[in-house]
Amino acid sequence: MSHDSRSELYQQVIIEHNKNPKNFRKIPSPTHEAEGYNPLCGDHLHIYLHVKEPGGVIEDVSFEGDGCAISKASASLMTASLKGKTRQETEVLFDQFHRLIKGELRPDKDPNVLGKLSVFSGIWHFPARVKCASLCWHTMKGALEKVKTVTTE
Amino acid sequence: MDLDIQRIRQDFPNLHVSVHGKPLVYFDNAATTFKPRVVLEAMDGYYQKYTSNVHRGVHELSEKATAAYEGARGKVQKFLNARDAKEIIFTRGTTESINLVAYSYGRHSLKPGDEVLISEMEHHSNIVPWQMLREEKGCVLKVIPFNDQGELIYSEFEKLLTAKTKLLSIVYISNSLGTINPVQKMIKAAHGRGALILVDAAQAVGHRRIDVQDLDCDFLAFSGHKLFGPTGVGVLYGKAGLLNKMPPFHGGGDMISSVTFEKTTYNTLPYKFEAGTPAVAEVIGLGAAIDYVLSIGFDRIEACEQGLLEYGTRALQKVPGLRLIGTAKEKVAVLSFILPGVHAHDIGTLVNDEGIAIRTGHHCTQPVMQHFGVPASSRASLSFYNTTAEIDRLVEALLKVREVFP
Repeated sequence: MSHDSRSELYQQVIIEHNKNPKNFRKIPSPTHEAEGYNPLCGDHLHIYLHVKEPGGVIEDVSFEGDGCAISKASASLMTASLKGKTRQETEVLFDQFHRLIKGELRPDKDPNVLGKLSVFSGIWHFPARVKCASLCWHTMKGALEKVKTVTTE
Repeated sequence: MDLDIQRIRQDFPNLHVSVHGKPLVYFDNAATTFKPRVVLEAMDGYYQKYTSNVHRGVHELSEKATAAYEGARGKVQKFLNARDAKEIIFTRGTTESINLVAYSYGRHSLKPGDEVLISEMEHHSNIVPWQMLREEKGCVLKVIPFNDQGELIYSEFEKLLTAKTKLLSIVYISNSLGTINPVQKMIKAAHGRGALILVDAAQAVGHRRIDVQDLDCDFLAFSGHKLFGPTGVGVLYGKAGLLNKMPPFHGGGDMISSVTFEKTTYNTLPYKFEAGTPAVAEVIGLGAAIDYVLSIGFDRIEACEQGLLEYGTRALQKVPGLRLIGTAKEKVAVLSFILPGVHAHDIGTLVNDEGIAIRTGHHCTQPVMQHFGVPASSRASLSFYNTTAEIDRLVEALLKVREVFP
């Protein structure tokens, strides 16, 4: 069974976020930041976060970098969905997004809080591209855990 | 003397598969080539009728396998026009061949301050072994730059080549740019300075006739799988005088004459460098691949591929904004390109929908990508079994990519 990338992967939402990414900027004095690198395709991201303590609420999150449409759209959608979330909520999203892109979570059947992020539900049919969508999430997690550099290899 | 492409395509079973319900267009020949049926049959014949180890038994099957294995060595010798079959060492591939020279020659002959000269367009496999050697031996790595067409800057090569240069390790044909380097001229110049020369012929071997005596290189490396043969087998050619002086690379069976716990004496060439059971089936397959290629002939292969290169270079200009990476005067049918605003991996995935296989990424030549200031490129690498109709399909697919990414 072959899967058509035009209908399953390059949906309008992804094309739009690639073209006009949200939060594509640097936060002047971030509380957390990390660099993510995918050596296989050369995707390179920098994630910045401003976390307000106590409470651990993400007040601002942004990214910069260079990569394919999938990685850019994923970072854009991630930053949009993380704003205002607590660390705990972020962990839930991270976990659900991970299961989504591995094909283990079906957004139409399984309860979830993914919202717009479920646009990536077809990506598991394209195994070589899963890392493109997950790079920003791993980098964000690394930033929160104070890891400076994250790679997908 | 045009090639009957449709007849030739019948020799390659893998050309006739479907991807996404469309006939496959295979434009990733620089990564690996397809194998003609005769290669598959030669390997199958060994596994079905005379499986056995080589150089060991006196039984019928072992003798038959040894004869086939050594017969393949003879074919490689003739193919490269080496003086002697013992100058042909079977390895796992180009990478291992280069590492053999780095470890066996480099480790024992290079001293701190000695220079190894490579170029900016080397595959990582002709960069990293020398960097590892640099760490260990304190030798110096120098790099010949190329211009924006992807041609080596010869005057820079002449400046970098000095009495300190002990080894010039140079790619014959670039995998990411398609450039054919003037290796013969460079070899002569390097010999004039007393340096040895290793030629990385991984990409050259399927496209150009190679004569090691005419080139006068000291070492030459290639892989079977880029010559329509199987993966897992490669060749290191070396001048016998040099190979005799070099210590073994790996220790084990077949590379010894006698072993006691006090002392081991090594076998003679080429066995000194072939420790352990070799890839017997693959070597036999490589021999069959050489027979096949020679039956077509490099004159015809070259003419056919140049036709594809010219057609492809023109056809790709129909795609708005497309920029070719690598426009050397002397090049093979490698069409690397970027589409501004579209990442190579998105191009790769989208053209795959149309049944087209191209390589996207850095092609194991990150310095080449850095030269052009791009993280990645797309590459269509063609072989004589490809057609202009297939190029048209790539152009159509790229126009569709432009629709997705206007």
